[in-house]
Amino acid sequence: MKTETIKFGKNLVTTKEFLAEGHSFCTGCGEVLAARLAFKALGGNVVVASATGCIEICTTPLPYTSWRVPWLHTLFENTAAEISGVEAGLKILMKKGRIPEREIKCIAIAGDGATSDIGLQALSGAFERGHDFLYLCFDNEAYMNTGIQRSSSTPYGASTTTAPPGKFSIGQISRKKNMALIAAAHDIPYVATACPSYRFDLMKKVRKGAEVKGPAYVHIYSPCPTGWRYSTNLTVEIGQLAVQTGIFPLYEIENGRYRLNADPPSLRPIEGYLRMQGRYRHLASEEIEKIQQMVNEDYARLKEKVAAFPA
Amino acid sequence: MSKRVALEASHAVAEAARMADVDVIAAYPITPQTHIPERLAEMVANGELSSAYIPVESEHSAMSACLGAVSVGARTFTTTAGQGLELMHEVVYVASSMRYPVVMVVCNRALSAPLSVWGDHSDVMAVRDTGWIQVFCQTNQEAFDLTIWAFRVGEDLNVLLPVMVNIDGFSLSHVTEAMMLPEQSEVDRFLPKFQYPFALNPDKPMSHGAFGPPEIYSEAKLAQEVAFRKSKETILQGWKEFGDIFGRYYHPVEQYRTEGAEILLLTMGSFTETAKIEIDRRKDEGEAIGLISLRLWRPFPFKELHQAVKGAKVVIVLDRCVSSGMGGPVLSEVRSALYNEEPMPRVVGIIGGLGGRDMTEKDFEYVIDRGKEIAENGTEKIIETVGIRGERDVGIER
Amino acid sequence: MVQNKLKTAFDLTWKDMEVGNIVTEAGSASFKRTGDWKSERPILDKQSCIKCGLCWIYCPDAAIGLSEDGYYEADLYYCKGCGICANVCPSGAITMVEEEEK
Repeated sequence: MKTETIKFGKNLVTTKEFLAEGHSFCTGCGEVLAARLAFKALGGNVVVASATGCIEICTTPLPYTSWRVPWLHTLFENTAAEISGVEAGLKILMKKGRIPEREIKCIAIAGDGATSDIGLQALSGAFERGHDFLYLCFDNEAYMNTGIQRSSSTPYGASTTTAPPGKFSIGQISRKKNMALIAAAHDIPYVATACPSYRFDLMKKVRKGAEVKGPAYVHIYSPCPTGWRYSTNLTVEIGQLAVQTGIFPLYEIENGRYRLNADPPSLRPIEGYLRMQGRYRHLASEEIEKIQQMVNEDYARLKEKVAAFPA
Repeated sequence: MSKRVALEASHAVAEAARMADVDVIAAYPITPQTHIPERLAEMVANGELSSAYIPVESEHSAMSACLGAVSVGARTFTTTAGQGLELMHEVVYVASSMRYPVVMVVCNRALSAPLSVWGDHSDVMAVRDTGWIQVFCQTNQEAFDLTIWAFRVGEDLNVLLPVMVNIDGFSLSHVTEAMMLPEQSEVDRFLPKFQYPFALNPDKPMSHGAFGPPEIYSEAKLAQEVAFRKSKETILQGWKEFGDIFGRYYHPVEQYRTEGAEILLLTMGSFTETAKIEIDRRKDEGEAIGLISLRLWRPFPFKELHQAVKGAKVVIVLDRCVSSGMGGPVLSEVRSALYNEEPMPRVVGIIGGLGGRDMTEKDFEYVIDRGKEIAENGTEKIIETVGIRGERDVGIER
Repeated sequence: MVQNKLKTAFDLTWKDMEVGNIVTEAGSASFKRTGDWKSERPILDKQSCIKCGLCWIYCPDAAIGLSEDGYYEADLYYCKGCGICANVCPSGAITMVEEEEK
């Protein structure tokens, strides 16, 4: 008799796997861990639009699929536009009585490339039009599936194949685009950042985003052992360190009001986090110091916003 | 009872989409198509049409939203022109390869550069290979009729393919003509409801758009192509049913006064009407000439074209597009289609009507005379054109 | 859950392709034995295990199952040997050992 749920304190987690076992994600992949948790929080009454990227490639090689929920993939940059069509289609078909009225949540899942670069326009449009959907960005901080090329989500100083360090370069010279703030600038009801290492926080936020009426955006930190070059067993640990050093803070923006979910009394030094990953190994101490300053600045700015617009 | 009305072609198209009771419209405005989404938005706003109107932020998103809508079983419509069709280019391929029946009306417009909002066929010629069923309209009546017909054929369970209805930018889209508007009951008799067999639904989870590794992509493509060719049956069936209900019968190749014709002029789109005037004049003077017009462009009407050119010695093709470095695209295709014809007529071509450059009967007089000349003494220039000022063909090697 | 293996892509002819290449069977990819990937496997010391379930919830491959006696054990058919379970286990009950030569 297979158990239906497993109890973790007051959290009941379903044993159902909406993303089937036997998928082709890399050993130790943080993205699929996050996706697995997210779908446990969402359940099966969804229609999922998926961008080209790790998730799509690792789950649907013709003629098979790993998905146990309705799932759609077309291209790289149009997930938000696709899901707009799905959402409008479902709504009008129910209104016209062509399909029975029921709860079906529209979910868009995409990587950082598909979200902050090539898909930003479509996302902005979908937010502005106010479709009722949840957009999950799985941020592994580069175009991982095509071979670790840089994205606008790649952090300062990280090594990628199209922004490698060298005699004349530190690696990524631009700072990570803040997608959560860009989403919030559209005045959508719910924005959050999440990390799979904080499993219940992630699931709660995904649940919250799904329950909101209108656009919701959750930016999910997705450690990638292959691209970030760390030992596969450290995925959860790296996620914890990312939050504890303040380089990936966990917060929510509900109707423009900020809530910091984890505010350690002092941030752990960023050096420990950077030294765990091969993509930062070229950094000298001055550069690490510079990154520490950037992290401190960004965190301070976030705290100012939290103080100015508390939830 | 159908009633006779005067409608601008754009509005006729909007009316057709309304009578077809489309579920989702996702369109981005672009000259000269704007009157279509404007009219549709108005209809939705005042309740004449129960539809989800998605004011997308680009044409790429327009076609993408259409795909999303079809995936859950909605009857879907969009419209674009020129640059818009190019912007959505990659998504256009996806609609057909995923077998999603979207109906799109294209108001054929020239492509930049230079920027031109005026009509020619460059936009649609760039999507020949995309796997959409494609037809060309000459009149407002056809624009209306073929839009309704497009839903019938595209959504047919034996077809499940997207359909592109082409109307010339400005010279058809913005023209008001008298036409017959049928009753809603007639349209309902002709057009069944869309029953998409793979609609995404939590009760039966399916995956649309899995990726195709090399060991399977070719099989997928062949399957798609076979289905595309097979759609011809339903295309013809749809036209027969349309004629039976509405009284107007359409054919893949229209033949105009071709009895005894040794010379055939081949045109597509609204300029055909002007060409017919010149044909009439010559016919009345006893010339053995006729006109054929391709209404069905894809799947290419090989059989009907062979039939139509039987007995002709010369076919003169008018192209409204340059396929750079190659010549007129329609000319190339017609020559290729007739290659095995025994005896093969001399197929020559002239390019004109680019970027909104109008063509009068006088221009068609030139086209036919020059076409005959080339056919007779093989003096074809590198680029044959009509109505372009200045010297041409200076020292360019063939 | 091992399912009957479907035809591989190599067995399919163009006629076998579903319309639009739509995959109608949910979760059909789960026949894949990703356990072949691993170079290390997790070994559970039941004496130390406190049945907290952290290994289960943190497994990216959903390869850990709940046995009848309440222990969380890796399904070696799917387990890729990433070692996350050993890393998160609060009581050190899981050790990664090198996969044996067959």
